[in-house]
Amino acid sequence: MNIHEYQAKELFQKFGVATPSGAVATTAEEAEAAGSEIKGKVVIKAQVHAGGRGKGSFKNGFQGGVHLVDSPSEAAEIAAKMLGETLVTHQTGEEGKVVRKVLIAEAVEITHEYYFSIVMDREHSAPVIIASREGGVNIEEVAEQTPEKIITEVVHPLLGLQQFQARKLAKLLGFTTTEMRPAAKLFLALYDLFISCDCSMVEVNPLVSTPDGQVLALDAKFGFDDNALFRHPDIEAMRDLDEEDPREVEASNYDLNYIGLDGNIACLVNGAGLAMATMDIIKHYGGDPANFLDVGGGATEDQVTNAFRILCGDPKVEAILVNIFGGIMQCDIIAKGIIGAARSIEIKVPPCGPP
Amino acid sequence: MSILVNEDTKVLIQGITGGFGGKHAQLSLDYGTRIVAGVTPGKGGQVFGESTPVFDTIAEAVAETGATVSAVFVPPPFAGDAILEGVDAGLDLVVAITEGIPVADMMRVRAGMQGSSTRLIGPNCPGVVTPGTGEDSHGGCRIGISPGYIHRRGSVGVVSRSGTLTYEAVWQTTQLGLGQSTCVGIGGDPINGTSHLDVLKMFEEDPETESIIMIGEIGGNAEVEAGRWAQEHCSKPIAAFIAGATAPPGRRMGHAGAIVSGGDDTAQSKKEALADCGIAIAETPSEMGTTLVRAIG
Repeated sequence: MNIHEYQAKELFQKFGVATPSGAVATTAEEAEAAGSEIKGKVVIKAQVHAGGRGKGSFKNGFQGGVHLVDSPSEAAEIAAKMLGETLVTHQTGEEGKVVRKVLIAEAVEITHEYYFSIVMDREHSAPVIIASREGGVNIEEVAEQTPEKIITEVVHPLLGLQQFQARKLAKLLGFTTTEMRPAAKLFLALYDLFISCDCSMVEVNPLVSTPDGQVLALDAKFGFDDNALFRHPDIEAMRDLDEEDPREVEASNYDLNYIGLDGNIACLVNGAGLAMATMDIIKHYGGDPANFLDVGGGATEDQVTNAFRILCGDPKVEAILVNIFGGIMQCDIIAKGIIGAARSIEIKVPPCGPP
Repeated sequence: MSILVNEDTKVLIQGITGGFGGKHAQLSLDYGTRIVAGVTPGKGGQVFGESTPVFDTIAEAVAETGATVSAVFVPPPFAGDAILEGVDAGLDLVVAITEGIPVADMMRVRAGMQGSSTRLIGPNCPGVVTPGTGEDSHGGCRIGISPGYIHRRGSVGVVSRSGTLTYEAVWQTTQLGLGQSTCVGIGGDPINGTSHLDVLKMFEEDPETESIIMIGEIGGNAEVEAGRWAQEHCSKPIAAFIAGATAPPGRRMGHAGAIVSGGDDTAQSKKEALADCGIAIAETPSEMGTTLVRAIG
């Protein structure tokens, strides 16, 4: 699950992670009001789940999803050109994404940009901090070309991030003695957020220092543990269905484990491993998988019918492969589900299973 | 011989009074497994099925029945606690079937198990089966959710992150007449109790295991870690299959742990690394059995 930048900012504010002030706006009037709360220059950012917004362009001809302005009235003017319009970036594809919200934030002066992330690491069975003095850039490239510039710190799973570790990280990253305290405070608050919200990843890029000695988290990318969402209804509420593949949104309504792809052969499988392997089989014999779909071991007739409906609704799909290991799963339920689908919708593609 | 469990192992089921746990407890009883107790807090004193006693706590169940192994069918919010109860009671083995346990809970469970003698298998796994010698492998030890009748007592050790792919490997080796010594589903979660490597070491020590099928998937480096060890230390032929060659990067493919997040955890790079370690690679899951036969020579 992804969240918007303004939602990340709200989480930062809630957990005391220092970040420039700002607010979200859905209309030009709201943008003006939010802008008037901010002293100095204001930055306006289109809120879509895609990178490359600054260099993107709108289908109405307006250039750039990120703008710097001097006054609230200018903020309103720019917001009006973004809201309701479609932004195309290198990550959105040609169809682009409709901008429904903009973030109005304080523009800060930057002395230096850093990279700081926390991930739940499977090798250590613990949270691991990965940080670098080289921020604001592609961290994979830094890791590849200058691995010595990447700092890693393993956090004890029961003790959590200790104050001395936070200070140590600040000094290793090259913060000055006066910056060390606010930097360490930010790291500890971010760790608190990471654990409290059951994150799988928090990546702050860039984390910045300012001329007046502040250390601030500017932009962030979050990953949440889907298994833990049951105890975080507030985070689940941040899900923006407009940003997701409509096929996946519909599948999730029926508790189906579905991921949409671009191929021509759809598949319906029980078990995640076999579902992945079935996609591989399709590719191995020259086809292209249209989806991942694990109906699980306890699928109902209704789920199978709806799964078939979703698969058949994909215009690229030319055939459907059903692969069920009938050990415990009752194959008659799958069969009845497929018959149910055949009766309620017109199946134009040939479904086939193993002989 | 076999690994982890055998015909005499006494098993208790945590969550036996739930629909899922109850269904599979009964299937294990029907298979001939010694399911000696159930544990559900608040339901102590009840009887499951014909004669299986239900206890409030594992400590009571162990004291009364001598169970040494538990299968956890407890819902995700309570599963971490259920595993730690088994550790506290000094069980030899806890097999966590539950899917969907928060990763942070498993992190704490793993840390809390430091220094204990209990082995954890799973979570999010099909369990462990040592097939019996009766008809359709009846009389074996079936812990978890695998279909029992597809097994046949024999010589292949199976270790896998996936349930249905384990069944594929089991069915193929049964059809080929090789049969299985023990089948271990280690689970699809990013933080789990037992790794591919742990199980390979046990198979290497087990005289009944003559060859091994290792099934992995995208994400992490556990398969490659096991392969590197096997290259130096394992005397038995190994065939491997890695699922997820067509998985898009960054997407969680059903299993919480099945996500490509770096350069070297793709299916292709794992297959290449394992082949370099002298392990025979099955290109499709249909070829796991035949690939193993070729590796045996």
